[in-house]
Amino acid sequence: MSLSHRTPVRVLGRAAREGGGRVQPLMGCRVRAGFPSPADDHLEAEVDLHAYVVKRPAATYFVRAEGDSMVGDGIHDGDLLVVDRSLEPLPGRVIVIALEGEPTVKRLERRGGHVCLVASNPRFAPIPLAGRECEVWGVVTHVVHDLLGRSP
Amino acid sequence: MIALVDGNNFYVSCERAFDPRLAGRPVGVLSNNDGCVVARSQELKALGVAMGAPLHLLPPAVRRQAVLLSSNYALYGDMSRRVNQVLAEFSPDVELYSIDESFVGFEGFPSAGLEARCHRLRDTVRRWTGIPVGVGLAPTRVLAKVANHLAKREPAFEGVCRLEADGAVTRRVLETWPVTELWGVARRSGERLALMGIETAWQLREADPRWVRSRFSVVMERLVWELRGRPSIALDDMGAPRQRILVSRSFGRLASDVVDLREAVRQHAARAGEKLRRQGSLARAVQVFVRTNPFLAGEPQYRNAVVVPLAAPTDDSRVLLAAARRGLEALFLEGYRYQKCGVMLLDLVEAGRRQLSLLETPRDEAVRGRSQRLMATLDRLNREMGRDTVRFGLPREGNAWTLRCERRTPRYTTRWDELMRVKTG
Repeated sequence: MSLSHRTPVRVLGRAAREGGGRVQPLMGCRVRAGFPSPADDHLEAEVDLHAYVVKRPAATYFVRAEGDSMVGDGIHDGDLLVVDRSLEPLPGRVIVIALEGEPTVKRLERRGGHVCLVASNPRFAPIPLAGRECEVWGVVTHVVHDLLGRSP
Repeated sequence: MIALVDGNNFYVSCERAFDPRLAGRPVGVLSNNDGCVVARSQELKALGVAMGAPLHLLPPAVRRQAVLLSSNYALYGDMSRRVNQVLAEFSPDVELYSIDESFVGFEGFPSAGLEARCHRLRDTVRRWTGIPVGVGLAPTRVLAKVANHLAKREPAFEGVCRLEADGAVTRRVLETWPVTELWGVARRSGERLALMGIETAWQLREADPRWVRSRFSVVMERLVWELRGRPSIALDDMGAPRQRILVSRSFGRLASDVVDLREAVRQHAARAGEKLRRQGSLARAVQVFVRTNPFLAGEPQYRNAVVVPLAAPTDDSRVLLAAARRGLEALFLEGYRYQKCGVMLLDLVEAGRRQLSLLETPRDEAVRGRSQRLMATLDRLNREMGRDTVRFGLPREGNAWTLRCERRTPRYTTRWDELMRVKTG
């Protein structure tokens, strides 16, 4: 396979973790992958992946997912989840919830007037929340999945 | 108006934020190495466990029921930082007073909406961090401290208590408030006040300020003005409570060079060490904080703090300086103009009540004896010959500090390999 036949990609720049959350300019230019223009190195094109994922640093936590019942939502065993505690747990959102003291990831859904926790694996039946001891911990905003199978 | 915001049983609340199973259970946090209780949940207090109680002296029944954890300073420091970040969303004027207490100034805010604002602040801190806080709102720091006590003591306030300088409630409260319970009144001056017929905060408020100054001190006079609702005490002048020692100063002009910050932190740590020894205490952890000037519009803003745990309770300035230096190195970022930095000594213990560590050897004992003599000599020289006659140079590098922390919970927010785990199934 020749490199030049690949789809053109949009190069955004290096991801940089910048302390204090200063806004980085988001710049880009269309280039053919494999043949970047030397001039690109001179662009002030640093983007901050951390700032992109973490909108509210004070309220954002990273947690580790265990198990495979949320694979349908893109969450694999060992994935890193970005959880924002400032967001509303609206129906349809994937949330972290302490269910009888156990921190759990599930999708929140309303089914026939009842609020349920739903796994994306059909083997798991929806869990109605009524009458259970539970407390919403936060809303999952992003999943970081390492395609090489390593942990960060 | 100024608000004092403080976390309820802060260390325990941090643990509970990441382990929901701890809710409602008696939870205690132990100091590193010496294993004394440094934080207690309400349930543990109800079991009769005293602050500072050594683990090995707790009754077996208590040890069976209670969850006793080693202190997780990385977590507490990070959660303290987060709480202050949330506070900064409600006012630019946030001053850290201790790891679990901050003052939030509301100068220029419309007075009418402040109570509602504080309720929102409290709810937001709770939601974003999981930490329950109490808020005392008043015209002065001293009254805010009283209000904060009430906010936590009386459930009817729902966590936010506002005291006006001349309100009927304020008067009723101050009339029953022992003067020794006031912020900044040491036991000894409390006894002297009592001899002169001043036993309640209200009586002190009604005393003639000039008389108070001539009989006591300028600080005591300021207390009278504060009780009357006129702000007179700056945070830096405030006597620290005996459980912690805070030394912080604003820079004369903004500092952006790490050398300037190192020098300031070194001085603060040395000064804090002197204070620590003067009151006969040992510290178990050192908190360092830095911030830019939040009132300079258009200037990049940064505030941060970190807690460095100590291997064993100590009053050795060399150890304190080295810890403070390490904290600063972890915090400092290029490209900001810093207005203020500070050093706080945390979780103090009376030197006489120090628990022997199991790891201690006769050699440690000898080392400590030498350190005590060195520090005593140092303090005497600086007292008699003038401050900074003898100063510390660079701290020792490469301290291989090993902490005993068998019962420590994961450092949920600062280590990749210790993140909170959530089950999908």
